Amino acid sequence: MTKILVLAEHDNNSLSSATLSVIKAAEMLGDDIDLILTTSNISSLETEILTLSSINKVHVFEDKIFENEIAENIVDCLIAVSDDYDFFLASSSTSGKNIMPRFAGLMDIQQISEVIEIVDGSTFKKPIYAGACIATVKTEQSKNVLTIRTTSFDKTTADGGSPEFIKQDIPTKNSNKPTFVKNELTVSDRPELTSADIVVSGGRGMQNSDNFKLLDGIATKLNAAIGASRAAVDSGFAPNDYQVGQTGKSVAPNLYVAVGISGAIQHLAGMKDSKTIVAINKDEEAPIFKVADYGLVADLFEALPELESKL
Amino acid sequence: MKILIPIKRVNDYNVKVRPNQANTDVDLSNVKMAVNPFCEIALEEAIRLKEAGKATEIIAVSVGDEKNQEQLRTALALGADRAILVKTDESLQPLDVSKVLVKVFERELPNLVIMGKVGIDGDHNQTGQMFSALTNLPQITFASKVELNGDSIEVTREIDGGLETLSSNLPAVITTDLRLNEPRYASLPNIMKAKRKPLEEFTVEELGVEVKNTITTLKVESPPEREEGVKVDNVDDLVDKLKNEVKVI
Repeated sequence: MTKILVLAEHDNNSLSSATLSVIKAAEMLGDDIDLILTTSNISSLETEILTLSSINKVHVFEDKIFENEIAENIVDCLIAVSDDYDFFLASSSTSGKNIMPRFAGLMDIQQISEVIEIVDGSTFKKPIYAGACIATVKTEQSKNVLTIRTTSFDKTTADGGSPEFIKQDIPTKNSNKPTFVKNELTVSDRPELTSADIVVSGGRGMQNSDNFKLLDGIATKLNAAIGASRAAVDSGFAPNDYQVGQTGKSVAPNLYVAVGISGAIQHLAGMKDSKTIVAINKDEEAPIFKVADYGLVADLFEALPELESKL
Repeated sequence: MKILIPIKRVNDYNVKVRPNQANTDVDLSNVKMAVNPFCEIALEEAIRLKEAGKATEIIAVSVGDEKNQEQLRTALALGADRAILVKTDESLQPLDVSKVLVKVFERELPNLVIMGKVGIDGDHNQTGQMFSALTNLPQITFASKVELNGDSIEVTREIDGGLETLSSNLPAVITTDLRLNEPRYASLPNIMKAKRKPLEEFTVEELGVEVKNTITTLKVESPPEREEGVKVDNVDDLVDKLKNEVKVI
């Protein structure tokens, strides 16, 4: 029987919505699914985990060393419970990307990254070349590590379960690791970019960071998250965690509004699975119009205020 | 202070890669090849550390066929002091590449290894983390700022929520994100000089790595095309379509 271990991603307060999609992917591999939770404080996460109907067991590693994410610490825990499992899953968030290949390396497993479809228990689809191609790959390994592109999977149902919590001892073997110094996290009242229903993104066409704020009013009216192209982030119009694309975040909202974004393949890689795409750009030849359901060729400095007033 | 920089040969990032006719792989015939952009950023960071007097030697290493010499010569022209090519005609997966790099690490014993966070071809984002695991060196991924102070480094990382700073003793492994620096171009005199810089060659077998390649590619296809949409005349038209046609707002 296939046994699957899912890495619970969280901020020590609430579970990341990405984990709900990873569990959904796990359900396609089998129904014996356990969770591994490394946290500095389980209390606020416990109630949420209790709602997850498809989880059997939760391996709990609770210690203040998990206040910040140090890959080495989490990988030691994964190794400690790895014996029983056939699959190890996490999302392809920056956490999953940081942690899972390290674990796979120590387990001598070749990881499969950014899985978008589970064909069967050994066959998976994943984008390559910035999504220009989709590869179907088959593993010959008995144990496998997958990171899941969460925009390709729904969220699991969370209407009540009865997972058993198993308290585990903290492994202490690894001492050669970095130390946390500080973080600067973006604080926002808006929905989270990767799980928002609507995303409004700005590109180089926004010209500067003051103009970039023109997106705020529209985002507020639509209850949307704000995203950015690489060009906009590189130019300092928006922080790095706004970046949508091959090297930033993948999003697939119901509505994606691309403003002043030309549509480089690296940007399209992160948003072309959106249900409806709107592009506003004054260059009617911009490649973004090739993927847009609705294109508006217009000067964004005229179109944006008008759009805001009409929403 | 020695820095090891793994260099991957990939398609030029401006080229749109397509599946071959048999849908068994991508078609790279006639595609312009280059140094993976993230590896270029790693090399640039090493060159800057050397220019600042904080590093003494930069070694570039590639794993692949004979053609990887081109990318290693580019690295030498940009500022690497010498290069190592570990030859194989197979296309290695990240786990096998990391094992080869471990062997090179053991021969060279660098104080710092900086590598690209991801190859823009396979989009794996694995080799740095696996290499760090196998060498038991501290792992710092997705760096956007690196400060080297004697025997320790302080590195800012780009994470989903914003930025995070970690510090570590050396030796350590850093993988680079986009905004760490803007790589320079090689000058003509440096391209000429690079031809005389040392480029050592080994085979994967000589280094004693048994290639496993446990993942097989069954098929490579183009993603489903989106149907081309329509142009709207004005903002009113757009709002109307979003409200009444697709009903998303």
